[in-house]
Amino acid sequence: MDFTEVSVSSDSKGKKKNKKGKSGNHAKGGQSSRVEPKLEERQKETKMEPEASSFPPTFSVSEIKNKQRRHLMFMKLKQEKRKQKMQLKKKKKKEREALGDKAPPKEVPKTIENQRVYDETTVDPEDEEVAFDEGTDEFSAYFNGLTNPQVLITTSDRPRGRTMRFCRQLATVIPNAHVYYRKGLALKRIIPQCVARNFTYLMVVNEDRQVPNGLVLCHLPDGPTAHFKVSNVRLRKEIKRRGKDPTEHSPEVILNNFSTRLGHSIGRLFAALFPQDPQFVGRQVATFHNQRDFIFFRFHRYIFKNEKKVGIQELGPRFTLKLRSLQKGTFDSKFGEYEWVLKRHEMDACRRKFQL
Amino acid sequence: MGEHSRLCSVWLGSETGILKGVSLSHRQAFNFCSVNQLSRDQEVRVLAWSDPTQSELLLGLVDGSVRTFSLEKGVFTESRSLGDPVEGCFSGLEPLPGGGLLTCTESGTVRVWAETGTEPVTELSAGTSVCRMRRSPVDAQRVAAGGKENGLKIFDLQNPERPVFTAKNLRDDWLDLRRPHWVRDLAFLPDSQKVVTCTGYHQVHVFDPATPQRRPVLEAEFGDLPLTALSLVPDGSAVVVGNTQGQMAILDLRKGRVRGALKGLSGGVRGLQCHASRPLVASCGLDRFLRVHGLEDRTLQHKVYLKSRLNCLLLSSKDLLGGGGASGEGAELEEVKDEEDDVWDALEQVEEQPSKRKTTEEEMQTERKKKKKKGGGV
Repeated sequence: MDFTEVSVSSDSKGKKKNKKGKSGNHAKGGQSSRVEPKLEERQKETKMEPEASSFPPTFSVSEIKNKQRRHLMFMKLKQEKRKQKMQLKKKKKKEREALGDKAPPKEVPKTIENQRVYDETTVDPEDEEVAFDEGTDEFSAYFNGLTNPQVLITTSDRPRGRTMRFCRQLATVIPNAHVYYRKGLALKRIIPQCVARNFTYLMVVNEDRQVPNGLVLCHLPDGPTAHFKVSNVRLRKEIKRRGKDPTEHSPEVILNNFSTRLGHSIGRLFAALFPQDPQFVGRQVATFHNQRDFIFFRFHRYIFKNEKKVGIQELGPRFTLKLRSLQKGTFDSKFGEYEWVLKRHEMDACRRKFQL
Repeated sequence: MGEHSRLCSVWLGSETGILKGVSLSHRQAFNFCSVNQLSRDQEVRVLAWSDPTQSELLLGLVDGSVRTFSLEKGVFTESRSLGDPVEGCFSGLEPLPGGGLLTCTESGTVRVWAETGTEPVTELSAGTSVCRMRRSPVDAQRVAAGGKENGLKIFDLQNPERPVFTAKNLRDDWLDLRRPHWVRDLAFLPDSQKVVTCTGYHQVHVFDPATPQRRPVLEAEFGDLPLTALSLVPDGSAVVVGNTQGQMAILDLRKGRVRGALKGLSGGVRGLQCHASRPLVASCGLDRFLRVHGLEDRTLQHKVYLKSRLNCLLLSSKDLLGGGGASGEGAELEEVKDEEDDVWDALEQVEEQPSKRKTTEEEMQTERKKKKKKGGGV
């Protein structure tokens, strides 16, 4: 052990000259850990490790060649840092308590959501032009109460594994939904038949390696069509503490955070899946929650325990959607005109910019 | 309204039936339509200048009427019903020298109208499902049209019975299968009789009526989605094309190579036009944005959110757009500096603009915020 240590120190000295230039980070990291104890001199008892203090000032743990020793030293360094952090936290807390009411307000943590880049398409509810545009779009028939949603759910050809179960469970969530086998039919040939039978939605679940990974949601009779990526599908069986199977009642729908113009279109697309008047007797809620452009779907049942408390039970399934494209008109991936397409590396270059 | 309309340098027709004017140098956008009279029947399909001085705009609406918009007064002055909604909406609208009008519907009827009167002077058929009809800027009597399963045809309005030129279908492919036609947009090349078209099968073709060859003299491909719009750069050496997913590129017409892509669009392109004198190209489409790119450095210079899906776009040639660095015009501008303060303001932006795209976007956003605070009539 001793031998190796000597060689390390000599090595590190030799390296120091040529390393100083290129690995400034290492040196800084080492120094900062050394500077902090100086600032807070009262915690002398933490400097129990005599080896740590005997190293030259620009020493970094990663230069130790013996793996066991390096690990040991690294753990010690970590512990030391942790201790310091905890003490700093305690000190701050004490200060706050001492100040009482005069304490400065707690800082709001910075998240990429509250640092969001302003989107100029954010819909102003009083905007007449957008109101007109939405009032006369393809969903206006549903929102004016002229049509009742009727949904056809199908899959990619020859579904296997979880996909079919997922479809069946979706059909219990959405009222008036019918699951059909695809039987190798082309979507473009299905669509006219659906229109003739008064379906208002065509929903296609695509799968890859027996796992559902895509969802095409096509509003009928004249579009639009949205294409989503599906991930993290948890079927009813896999959810812990779930309630009994959902009832036939039509659920309430909650749409969260669909703020931009595109988000509004997507929100309306989801809203039009469910009948307009929810049956509150069923106490069921379907939630589409948008956060950082990911749409989380949850299905719950609630119960009022008393006047103040309410309990919820998840019924499942749960999954996450991410919008890939929104196409004008019914499904036509080759000749259709796209209203919005996710362009990776171009649109998500800024992590604080959201599309929905 | 009048002073607003005189400011605007870009005109756009939207799917909600609103005519929009954008002044890029003042960073303002105006709607020239009252909100309570909106209807989807008035969706603007084509826009054109009614005269070379660009004092009046012609709007072709979906319900088959043509409206005239006066830039001086800022109001609609005239409305004529020149089509039938049964025949499909307008696929082309051009003014003729001497006050006449040339219209083309999607069903393929090209009609010449006198300045007044309800009956067309001449009528000819350009086949079925015409996607675009345009008139040659050089020879006023030459008209080209094309559409789905309807190859390019060039007509002479003096004798409308037979087309001057009919494109022949492409050769069968290597499997001996027929290759379908689908002209989506076309333009006349300056200083020659050539016509460039873009197709729904992602090709760009150049046809030359002067040669006996009726197949395209040049064939280029871009991407694998239908091309929807096309615009020639001012000197005619290249063409800007856009497709249904908002991919836009400059194609060189000498060899048909891609000269560069124009980025930043998120939805399909509907309208595309290059500025007559400056190296700028404006695009609009289903993503509800007007975007102005520089042709030389291909950076995004302006981005304006206009709230409705946009169908067509028209640039005015006299106004400066504020951006782009044409050195040739700089000298001219110094002389007229005293008279036109606006122009000089627009030029000053050049210093800020050529920075990175992100910064320009943010600038526009801040500008828009300011505007909202002001509560302008956007």
